[in-house]
Amino acid sequence: MDDLTDLILTYSTTIGVLGINGLLALSVWLTLYCGQLTLGNAAFMGIAAYSSAILSIRADLPFPLALLAGTLLAGLVSLPLGATVFRLRGVYLAIATLAFGEVIRVAILAIPATGKGQGLVGIPAKTELWHIYLALAVSAYLLARLRLSTIGRAWSAIREDEVAAASQGIAVRRYKLLAFVLGALIAGLAGGLSAHLNFALQPDEFGFARAVQILVFAVVGGIPNVLGPLLGALLFTGLPEILRGLQEYRDIFQGAVLVIVIVYLPRGLVTLFQLRRTRRLQRVGASDVA
Amino acid sequence: MLLETAGLTKRFGGVTAVDGVDLSVAPGQIFGLIGPNGAGKTTLINLLSGHFKADAGVVRLGGDDVTTLAAHLLTRRGLARTFQGVRLFKGLTVLDNVLLGRHVRMRSDVLARLVPFRAVGTTDRGTALALLDRIGLRARASALAGELAYGDQRRLEIARALASEPRLLILDEPAAGMNPTESVGLRALMTELVADGLTIILIEHDVRLVMDACARVAVLNFGRKIAEGTPAEIQADPLVREAYLGAADA
Repeated sequence: MDDLTDLILTYSTTIGVLGINGLLALSVWLTLYCGQLTLGNAAFMGIAAYSSAILSIRADLPFPLALLAGTLLAGLVSLPLGATVFRLRGVYLAIATLAFGEVIRVAILAIPATGKGQGLVGIPAKTELWHIYLALAVSAYLLARLRLSTIGRAWSAIREDEVAAASQGIAVRRYKLLAFVLGALIAGLAGGLSAHLNFALQPDEFGFARAVQILVFAVVGGIPNVLGPLLGALLFTGLPEILRGLQEYRDIFQGAVLVIVIVYLPRGLVTLFQLRRTRRLQRVGASDVA
Repeated sequence: MLLETAGLTKRFGGVTAVDGVDLSVAPGQIFGLIGPNGAGKTTLINLLSGHFKADAGVVRLGGDDVTTLAAHLLTRRGLARTFQGVRLFKGLTVLDNVLLGRHVRMRSDVLARLVPFRAVGTTDRGTALALLDRIGLRARASALAGELAYGDQRRLEIARALASEPRLLILDEPAAGMNPTESVGLRALMTELVADGLTIILIEHDVRLVMDACARVAVLNFGRKIAEGTPAEIQADPLVREAYLGAADA
């Protein structure tokens, strides 16, 4: 027991980051599950991280309220954005959401209350590990159940064939928007939690690199169910720690793992547990992400 | 009239794919729509089902103006269709395809799903399985739709359309790729459905199927309606013969 406590204490930062990465991976899973490639979740994370941190520091708002406010703000921003960008499809959609991410990054650098390029310091470290893992467990459970519901079925129909989905009476744009907003809320929750995990925020934490990292978690883990993104987050958060001894060669090994998974398990790590089903899906030419 | 169009027009750049088409389809019959390749049949169907926006003209369903309604809203109002070349959700199961067809008739089960270990959606499952029974695909309910033989895929697509309990069913070349036995089965199914009160618009290349099954037939050529009438009248129409066989030598 003491050994376990020691382990958690020694690696508490990594364990916290792992949970937050799990939340982020789930946030992008939502849109991927309905076949849409969006890259805005790093920005939603940033919006919630900065707004909740500023509310904590300047307005002395209690942590739960600051967290809630930040999360809701991310969701609120995602609503008009989603209503606009879902006129686009495929790579154009990805680029539009990426551009939104850049806008947020530049905005953070320009607004004085964020501490601009120097970052924001003195954030009360209120986030406990159990907060993160409670949020992760609740989110994963909700999404897993949602996947099996009428909504989840509509999302997979949109992924398979948008025209046919509309023909079944599915309001395609509205369902995409729902996935997008739910994703923004989860990314926002992750942002608020991570802001109060350490004392400081840096604007470059929420840029292009983070957006791609979140996507890699979900794609390498796999989209068929919510286990995939969690697996991806575990791999790409844990691997750097395990490979610490290799020092400067670490990134090479990480890149190699990424390439190997994409070549041999193109539908994600999680398909290791359902190889036969995956082969069947590939044979009938089902949508690639699931 | 269940479905009426007046002056319905669709242009793609310089091409007028559908040109001032007036149709009126009475309830409880099979209405045939034929014409040579490129006559504008599929474009017309896409206008009726809300997948394309008309440049001019009106569409009325059950007396209501539905010209500007999007596809998913038309499904709510009782229009269902199949697609030329089949558009199933290939990576989903046969049962899920039919359940998706029922989307507009199902209550959202999201809240019920949040309770662990609770049986949800059993009535809708039952209805979907009964439909699969009717078209003889119940044994394949858990197969992926893409794994079915082509003729079975066509029938599944019809079952998916029926699952929404439509008033009007539009079938776009349902017999294409079917063998003669399957084609006879299709004919029997359509007759059964019409007896149950459904109205069907049938687009088909198999002229014999159209002439046998339909009460009325409209003929399109170059986007215009060139004839409409009973199968016998259509077969005797000189304009129709010209459209299909070319003008007689002068």
